[in-house]
Amino acid sequence: MIASSIPSPTVSEFFVRVQRQDGPGRPSYWERFRVPYESDMNVISVLQRIAQQATTADGRHVAPVAWECNCLEEVCGSCTMVINGRVRQACSALVARLLAERPQEIELRPMSKFPVVRDLLVDRERMFETLKMIKAWVPVDSYLHLGSGQRQSQETQQLAYQYSKCMTCGCCLEACPQYLKIELSRRAGESEEEFQQRARRLYDRSFMGAFAIAQIELFNSNPVGRMTARERLDALVSEAGIEVCGNAQNCVKVCPKEIPLTTAIARGGRAATWHALRTWFDQ
Amino acid sequence: MARSRVVVVGGGLAGLSAAMKLAELDIDVELLSLIRVRRSHSVCAQGGINSVNNLTRQLGDSEWKHFDDTVYGGDFLQHQPPVKEMCEWAPRIIDLMDRLGVTFNRTPEGFRDQRRFGGTLYRRTAFAGATTGQQLLYALDEQVRRWEVTGHVTKHEGWDFLGPILDGSGRCRGCVAQDTVTMEIRAFRADAVIVASGGLGAVFGRSTNSANCNGSAVSRCYQAGAHYGNPEFVQVHPTAIPGSDKLRLMSESARGEGGRVWVPRRAQDPRPPSQIPDGERYYFLEERYPKYGNLVPRDIATREIFKVCVEEGLSVEKDRLCVYLDVSHLPRDLLDRKLSGILEIYEKFQGVDPRDTAMKIFPAVHYTMGGLWVDYEPNASGGLVIGSPRTQQTNIPGLYAIGECEYQFHGANRLGANSLVACIFSGLTVAPAVANALSALPGGPAEQQPAALFESATQEHQARYKQLLARGSDGPNPYALHLELGRTMTEAATVVRRNDQLRSAYARVNELAEQTRRCGAADGGAWLNQNVVFVRTLEDMFPLARAILAGALARDECRGAHFKPQFAMPDIQATDPVQRRREAEAWCDRFEENNRRWLKSTIATCTADGEPKLTYADVNTSVIPPRPRLYGVVGGDVIEEVWSQRQRRREASPNPEPLTAP
Repeated sequence: MIASSIPSPTVSEFFVRVQRQDGPGRPSYWERFRVPYESDMNVISVLQRIAQQATTADGRHVAPVAWECNCLEEVCGSCTMVINGRVRQACSALVARLLAERPQEIELRPMSKFPVVRDLLVDRERMFETLKMIKAWVPVDSYLHLGSGQRQSQETQQLAYQYSKCMTCGCCLEACPQYLKIELSRRAGESEEEFQQRARRLYDRSFMGAFAIAQIELFNSNPVGRMTARERLDALVSEAGIEVCGNAQNCVKVCPKEIPLTTAIARGGRAATWHALRTWFDQ
Repeated sequence: MARSRVVVVGGGLAGLSAAMKLAELDIDVELLSLIRVRRSHSVCAQGGINSVNNLTRQLGDSEWKHFDDTVYGGDFLQHQPPVKEMCEWAPRIIDLMDRLGVTFNRTPEGFRDQRRFGGTLYRRTAFAGATTGQQLLYALDEQVRRWEVTGHVTKHEGWDFLGPILDGSGRCRGCVAQDTVTMEIRAFRADAVIVASGGLGAVFGRSTNSANCNGSAVSRCYQAGAHYGNPEFVQVHPTAIPGSDKLRLMSESARGEGGRVWVPRRAQDPRPPSQIPDGERYYFLEERYPKYGNLVPRDIATREIFKVCVEEGLSVEKDRLCVYLDVSHLPRDLLDRKLSGILEIYEKFQGVDPRDTAMKIFPAVHYTMGGLWVDYEPNASGGLVIGSPRTQQTNIPGLYAIGECEYQFHGANRLGANSLVACIFSGLTVAPAVANALSALPGGPAEQQPAALFESATQEHQARYKQLLARGSDGPNPYALHLELGRTMTEAATVVRRNDQLRSAYARVNELAEQTRRCGAADGGAWLNQNVVFVRTLEDMFPLARAILAGALARDECRGAHFKPQFAMPDIQATDPVQRRREAEAWCDRFEENNRRWLKSTIATCTADGEPKLTYADVNTSVIPPRPRLYGVVGGDVIEEVWSQRQRRREASPNPEPLTAP
């Protein structure tokens, strides 16, 4: 009865092909694992079995595959990877469905737009730096008691809630033709701080991606966030901003939370135009 | 003078609210977390956050009633001053979160909407769709990011807390942690360390907790001498979706919005649920608890579901225990507007749309009421002295605990939607407490402590790490041992507990601990070695597992989530009024006698070999006298009558004999 709408495969075992990499800057290579089929399996339980075995399909003993996960119910964004060619969360990727797409074998790759730390685990630090650049917060005076927030219509709340469900997973960036990977390593004689500053300067000049444009929409629609909208719009019209977007509209198709990213981009585009004009007139 | 520096371990609601408030007080924060803080387990909290509000107030609700519901729901095992203070702060906390941009659902007039949750009769719970925890966490994460930009907060994400550093006087001067990518182990000097590491679901194998809720930080503090309070109190949530990697929570809000729990009256009725007519459905919670219906407190709902499946054989499926949780009768627009987040989880993971078909659910380990023992300073009106340096401090000076990893707010059972408020409250109140403590730090700030203190602590943890790596890959499989630990704990120490089972589980846990000591690392590498981190975490689960089992074994009574049928209070069987009254008197005598023995906090201290030593401490019930918890007890009316007469007599007497020491 349970899971009646998911086709149940007839296999007793299946193969998993994993693109592995031992560390940053190291070559990647493929390994194949054999996993016994169980009902209700998702890619997380597949990776758990692989960790338990630590043996490839041809019997070689190997280090367990590294990956990242936490909530296992698709609200934290940790376990994002490219599964059968499509970026998504490992926890909500059900094995029965994957085997229906492609019998016998599941293919796992790390996201390609972020530096690989090891195997399927990538470093998404740049997304969090972008949140700093666009000032993605409500600039309240203090945390003392100053009454409640402003009243809001149900419509406003519903739209803000859509944007606010963004779990910084990076699917929209993986699918975006304009979002390019930045992988840096520390130069000889460069301090950690200098290295981070260099990285930040580069991030600030590279496309921020759809998630950030939606976050700008979110905070500029907040009654208090709106008061500092110009700062976020400055980021939106910068060289990292909306002008880079090529309107491929891949982002909205892969967003696991169905965030109206293209709506955010359209609204952001209009706001950016007005902002640019206003800035020009203010000069 | 150097600036004060505080380490916060964990970046969920509690850790982030502490970090944000400390930064506001101009104290530098080093925020350590096993994972990116925005991905912390708080995101999983679905239903909402409780407080009295303008609406419920007009129906007779008050901070006092929220307080009363909380201690009654918790079977009076909490110290009352912190709970009273928390309930008074709750409306202000929700106002603050509203100001921080949390997208709370709105009424047509634009006010925050509220729903009803378990253990109360009021619509007290504010919510943001069905992902309230995620929304609250994001708002706090955003504020902390703001403080990162100003330089007040430095994040260390991907770091594993290895233990506090105590000086010769026993004061905490910082901690040791390991970067799980570079595997560097280093000391963090700090004038105070605040642990906010959440629950320990992983000790039970699968639970509703996130993968990283493994209790390791708590265990390492406990092994370093911190006391562990009420270890045996672990909440089993009544409604979770069974899964092979995780038991995914189906929020209480499904019932709060009108969801009904039922089983077919005919065991394993093969018809699809929608084809079973109403008359052939057994709405067992509504029948047995007419007042609260589907919204009885969690421990009761859990036991009833367990009973209907295990004892009465009415499970929906034969091989897999489950009951129906049905929202298919509710209007679609309501489901989409208020519950879409959780219904999508069911649809996504089970492939069935709960808007059309009743969900299949079963109880799962959910919340750790017990945790690190912490202090508080009561004020004259039964609340807290805000800013007292004792607030949330463990028995180790300079080491604090907040959020789910401490023991003081939920007693024997947590009410739904109270955890979020407790996490944020303890985070906001620990900050001024620490600030005050730092203004008069005995022995000076951490910066002035000798380097040798930090070096030797670091070396100790490096030695343990090297020794783990050196074991090689031949030993037993740590993942298999973890599964076995989870199975053992779930069988013996969840819904129903029996002393013989607890005893054999304790022996089994000791065997598993012994085997784990021989566990090797399948990965010998020095870069992002998840394998060796897992083995170390597993080793540290055993002291906690032992404390849970020992606490449960020793406590020969039923209280909240801790249920031992052998010691259950009887129902009133008689029908004759005189006899009924006599039975009720006897019932109340036994209740008082039991409270004298067991209305105590269990305090576990860890011995050198990792075994718990249990002592018991009085509970501060100075504000609301304990009374029988009578949800659905047969003859509850007559017990209540006898009890309130006794209570009045006690209040009238010139020197009332306290039921328990304040």
